[in-house]
Amino acid sequence: MRLITHNMLSCNIKGVTNGFPLKIEAEKVIEKEVDFNPDFLRHMFAKIEWKALVEAARSMGYAELPEDSPDAAAIDSADETFLRKLHHALLELHLEEGALVCPETGRKFPVNKATFWTHIDSVDQSGGSASMWTT
Amino acid sequence: MSNRPELIAPPEIFYNDSEARKYTSSSRIVEIQAKLSERALEPLALPKDDVPRFLLDIGCGSGLSGETISENGQQWIGFDISASMLNVAVEREVEGDLLLGDMGQGLGLRAGVIDGAISISAVQWLCNADKSSHEPRWRLKAFFGSLYRCLSRGARAVFQLYPENIAQRELIFDQAMQAGFSGWLVFDYPRSTKKRKEFLVLRCGPLPTNIDYGHNDSCSDDDDSEDEEDGMVCVLDRNRPRKKQRTNKKGKGREWVLRKKEQSRRKGNDVPADSKYTARKRKSRF
Repeated sequence: MRLITHNMLSCNIKGVTNGFPLKIEAEKVIEKEVDFNPDFLRHMFAKIEWKALVEAARSMGYAELPEDSPDAAAIDSADETFLRKLHHALLELHLEEGALVCPETGRKFPVNKATFWTHIDSVDQSGGSASMWTT
Repeated sequence: MSNRPELIAPPEIFYNDSEARKYTSSSRIVEIQAKLSERALEPLALPKDDVPRFLLDIGCGSGLSGETISENGQQWIGFDISASMLNVAVEREVEGDLLLGDMGQGLGLRAGVIDGAISISAVQWLCNADKSSHEPRWRLKAFFGSLYRCLSRGARAVFQLYPENIAQRELIFDQAMQAGFSGWLVFDYPRSTKKRKEFLVLRCGPLPTNIDYGHNDSCSDDDDSEDEEDGMVCVLDRNRPRKKQRTNKKGKGREWVLRKKEQSRRKGNDVPADSKYTARKRKSRF
């Protein structure tokens, strides 16, 4: 699972108010080369939660991203080194095995074979109705 | 209708390892899924600017539809309940990230992050209550609610469905409308029982001004017709059109009354003379 996806995931458990971001416990991280597409990066930049991304990248072993996020306006004129770092962090780092932890409840969602296991009734040991999502 | 998989077992059990392999190795199914996915991408109306968008593939299964999305130059993440199917997707090294979960419990994605969603042959599974804690209405509500949240403004979701009957179709629409979507149905080849395909298109916002019509062919043995006329589109509206409009209570007016009296006189009936009081508005209690 790539960090771009991790940046969008939020804990789904009923009653949790602050389920984002999920902490990463990385057991196996691999790097895959992906074509560099600056337009896509610029498009996604507005949606990304920067702090969450920086912290997640660190837990995957990549500390090259700057702490402060550049302005939305600045991203258009951002230089290529920054975009390359962003590209690497978002798309090229893959979490193969590990877990994501809900910051509020501490519940662990496993990542097996790069697939992220979200909350499922049958997996939940604490009793059925805790998993109903309320609007 | 013979053997709908939805009636045999819940999806995470029906799509076990052997079924997952069978499904993905059947060339017929691969071809159909690719065609449906290709077709489903059209109503998404993504801008043609060569910038990849971030899409969600709901019920992505073994990644057949996801591959079509990748081929169209978009990024995607897939969501499915069957671990076996997702394992096949991993083996096929699909580009999208895979999430294992039950869409009837909400997608778990942040607000406004997804540019569009497609779903091939998946949403009708929500209409079955597979466990005693399930109630299809709540599951559909949770699903559409979470989908509405995670889509960006104006983004669309296209669902290719196989509803079992009209009641199921209505159930799905009602919940989608209640979640805040506007939407319409597109029917391809509406007159052919075999080829007929149904797509539900939802928009995160009001209805757009231009809606594409479904595909159809004018002669039944022309398989590759690209005609876009004569497909059917039904627009869904939260205000039920069945409700009768109240007629205007302006009444029939003086002229009409005078005309009718004249007609009656010509017939030879005994009609009171016309005066300034004819067809005057009376008090309601009169």
